[in-house]
Amino acid sequence: MKDMVQENVNTPLLEAIGLKKYFKTGNGLLHAVDGVDLSIPKGKTLGLVGESGCGKSTLGRLLLRLIEATEGEVRYAGENILNYRAFQMREMRKKIQIIFQDPYSSLDSRMSVFQLIAEPLLINRIYSNRRDLERRVNELMETVGLASRLSNSYPHELDGGRRQRVGIARSLALNPEFIVCDEPVSALDVSIQAQILNLLMDLQDQMGLTYVFITHDLSVVRHISDECAVMYLGQIVEKTNSKELFKNPVHPYTQALLKAIPVPRLSAAMSHERILKGELSSPVNPAPGCRFASRCPKAGEACKKDLQLREVSPEHYVMCSLWN
Amino acid sequence: MKQEENVLLDIEDLVVEYHAAGIVVQAVNHINLRLCRGETLGLVGETGAGKSTTALSILKLLPERTAKMSAQKLFFDNTDLLSVREADMRAIRGACISMIFQDPMTSLNPVMTVGDQIAEAIALHNAEVLTKQEIQKRSKEMLELVGIPAYRSNDYPHQFSGGMKQRVVIAIALACQPELLIADEPTTALDVTIQAQVLQLIADLKEQLNTSMILITHDLGIVAQTCSRVAIMYAGEIVEIGTAKDIFEADLRHPYTIGLFDSIPDLALDVPRLRPIEGLMPDPTALPSGCKFHPRCPQCMEICKVQHPSLFVDQEHQILCHLMKNSDAQDLENGGPL
Repeated sequence: MKDMVQENVNTPLLEAIGLKKYFKTGNGLLHAVDGVDLSIPKGKTLGLVGESGCGKSTLGRLLLRLIEATEGEVRYAGENILNYRAFQMREMRKKIQIIFQDPYSSLDSRMSVFQLIAEPLLINRIYSNRRDLERRVNELMETVGLASRLSNSYPHELDGGRRQRVGIARSLALNPEFIVCDEPVSALDVSIQAQILNLLMDLQDQMGLTYVFITHDLSVVRHISDECAVMYLGQIVEKTNSKELFKNPVHPYTQALLKAIPVPRLSAAMSHERILKGELSSPVNPAPGCRFASRCPKAGEACKKDLQLREVSPEHYVMCSLWN
Repeated sequence: MKQEENVLLDIEDLVVEYHAAGIVVQAVNHINLRLCRGETLGLVGETGAGKSTTALSILKLLPERTAKMSAQKLFFDNTDLLSVREADMRAIRGACISMIFQDPMTSLNPVMTVGDQIAEAIALHNAEVLTKQEIQKRSKEMLELVGIPAYRSNDYPHQFSGGMKQRVVIAIALACQPELLIADEPTTALDVTIQAQVLQLIADLKEQLNTSMILITHDLGIVAQTCSRVAIMYAGEIVEIGTAKDIFEADLRHPYTIGLFDSIPDLALDVPRLRPIEGLMPDPTALPSGCKFHPRCPQCMEICKVQHPSLFVDQEHQILCHLMKNSDAQDLENGGPL
């Protein structure tokens, strides 16, 4: 087992190289994702954290080529999938899947649970007879913990947790290797949230899945991810393994973000000094230099120059002028 | 014990049912709640626990056609809200009790400037005493108070970010300096750094204006930072209530409270898996017999399935569970020792 892990570290399952996505708007170019480099080893989870509007969902969709990148490469097992033709991409899509945030709007309300889970199998013509299809759907429902009596129910009859289980069953239907989980538990109650997190982790252990886990909830990220990348206005500002990030945050934004989490302990009462002032600045035609500078308590002249991710300690990367 | 005159809100045996199409939804089941002046009470629970219904019944804003509300006692500042007529209730809402709703995106009027929306609340309660100019001036002062420059008072809600909109909602709620503020998940729709700003703002203003507050939330982290007392709701009942210290640190706690804490990933601890509460919230149209939590409770006993637990009281700390027993004879009669 140890050796296998060792080998896999050297060959990442998925890599992003200089990935950019600019959207044209009336006021100029919106830099949604601006030069992101990532690499995710097989069987691991990369947590992608940031506040709304930082580009984390856009990045997730770019990795799956659900939207076309402006610049850069997405390599899956060494091959750039952005050059794939449509028929190659169709094959590719069986391996790369997504779980959406909102189980209330991501399921067709006029399809039953059975139809919803069978849909990817039918589209890809996996089974030639009805019996095999039914067997597979039942198997998937069991995997994600849905009682088989629910197969003829419609989404509106299910609660949020069960709906999200349907979403997970759909993404598992084609035996994928890589899944982007885009805020899969944000819409759920805490007790249900924990059930779904445990399910996702069990599935990873059983099937060797590789996850990109997008969330704004830092305590969830620490729990589920091996590696963690913090995004701010389209850029990754800090990247390292999860434990190190929470123990030793280096970027002023990461530090502020960690301090802003309300901790369910009485001793950790709120204090003024840890509150970050201001809001996200506009991602349209951003000025050169550090994008966090306008809110940063430690900003100075050096922050007006463009920055690169630097390795400050082994496997710990930061984009900040304090460390250049 | 708290002194009687210090009690701002006193609710006894509140029951709310929704009747629709022959179905009865038991939203709130016999709850008792007391709030003292200047106090912040956290009302914690999951979706469908009855938190918002409780809040709406204090304001008497429940939908008239479907909701049926009854209570032994519903006193606010020595006024019996049960006997107050609708016209008088309108004078109380906004002026004495006001509410911050969860979603700032939908609780503002999109075709009115934010300045006018704040002025509307002020004008409604002070039309006789204040001139138009004074009302406008107050409206701008409120904007400044919540950290928005006054020159933006002629802007419309869509020109503000989510955090700014929630600040406007807070400005409206506090415009008439109410004695009681009910905040229904005020930061759920916001990012963490903005959430911290808004919570700090609410705490500062509460201090400044000496407002009492009921904070409805599902986030125990927020409760730890803002509330002095906490009530945990499950299936329309308050299953545990006490000081923040009781809820966060006491040895004796309701199994549901423990389950809630175990469901949150702890930043300081490494656990391979979380320990969620098994199962789902019960169907409010067919609540379980006995203790309403028994089908999900890891410590369920036979008695829990048939008999509704009596309240365990330890000073301010109260728990609704068969596991805890009062030592006095009266309770021994009810259930007997286990």
